[in-house]
Amino acid sequence: MRKGIDRRDFIKLASIGGAVFASGLGFDVQAKSHGKHGHKLTPEDFYFAQLSDTHWGFNGAMVNPESANTLHMAVRNLNSLQNQPDFIVFTGDLTHTTDDPQERRRRMQEFRTIVDGLRVKNLKFIPGEHDASLDKGAAYQEFFGDLHYSFDHKGLHFIVLDNVSDPNAVLGQLQLDWLKSDLEQLPISAPIVVLTHRPLFDLYPQWDWHTRDGQAAIDLLMPHTQVAIFYGHIHQEHRHMSGHIAHYAAKSLIFPLPAPGSVPKRAPLPWDANRPFAGLGYRTIEAYPRKASYEIDEKLLSTGEQL
Amino acid sequence: MKSSLLLTLLLLIFNGFSTAYAATQASEAELPVISIQASRFVYSPNKIKLKQGQSVVLEIEATDHLHGFSIPELKVRVDAPQGQKIRVVLTPTKAGVFVFYCDIFCGSGHEEMSGEISVES
Repeated sequence: MRKGIDRRDFIKLASIGGAVFASGLGFDVQAKSHGKHGHKLTPEDFYFAQLSDTHWGFNGAMVNPESANTLHMAVRNLNSLQNQPDFIVFTGDLTHTTDDPQERRRRMQEFRTIVDGLRVKNLKFIPGEHDASLDKGAAYQEFFGDLHYSFDHKGLHFIVLDNVSDPNAVLGQLQLDWLKSDLEQLPISAPIVVLTHRPLFDLYPQWDWHTRDGQAAIDLLMPHTQVAIFYGHIHQEHRHMSGHIAHYAAKSLIFPLPAPGSVPKRAPLPWDANRPFAGLGYRTIEAYPRKASYEIDEKLLSTGEQL
Repeated sequence: MKSSLLLTLLLLIFNGFSTAYAATQASEAELPVISIQASRFVYSPNKIKLKQGQSVVLEIEATDHLHGFSIPELKVRVDAPQGQKIRVVLTPTKAGVFVFYCDIFCGSGHEEMSGEISVES
């Protein structure tokens, strides 16, 4: 039995503004059985949730007067789902940055305490520049573990990339070498999901929406025929293709940002009292390895908002 | 025979490089200098006007932290370590408004650290 969101759950989410877009990525099922080095990937349908850019500790009433409640709201929302996701990923900027190392750790501890209240206990964390750039990820690692890593789940190979702990917004040669080695363990047709914070491609460098050496990672991924990348950083949905590789940006859970290059400054969009939580949300991603497709559901925190 | 040809070629390349380098050094000293201070989370000035084809030296000095200085559309980027004056020769070849920004994360407010260069034809 598939453990995705059932219709009752979906209607519940829709009542707080849920909406859907779907994406068939054409994953090749036969890829999952055997890796080059006995790497076993067993295909099975499941879904996971992506939360991004929660910026715990942010304080700005003009942008989000409910900043102390928004993450709690998302946690309640997720906990209310009858069928729980297999795991939840947080794609960076878990906390809002601070110069004070003690305050940074306090925010991380609070964030950790809040998300430990999720019914799902399998949580995967990815650093954002607000978490990790000022101390090269030292505090982040104390609370959330490794900065980059990979794991397998029911037929999919997940790769977490860190493009923030170096404040220059680079992956660095060491990590690229690790990525190359990780990919060498997989058959070319293995389904791969990359999780990261910044876009790996040059979305809009004028707003720092890129990774300086991201193309090197894309080049390593390019020979693999079934790759999807989920990221955050830009506080809005966005889709982009690098050849056959799909990049999906997620909404934020603190404030939305304007579309790339649509205005002179990348300032947060102001809070709309008539539409509280507009532009904020999270998403669930249903993976159908056997049907060779994904389905992405965008969940909005605002009431009555349309995508 | 082959080695003498190679030597001649290397000499030509070296001489050409030396001339070009000397010309750059000489001309750079005569160029107008625009000093830009970089501090969290502003550049001062943050609006600069130039004329198309007019070469200038941008002299960037970070006062409080390591900052970056990047103009993606003009293929310019440098690190600006605290306390050093970093010089960049810029000759805009096209008119328009070009954003420059800090591309090294420097704290809460980093996202606001930007400015623009207006180039008139």
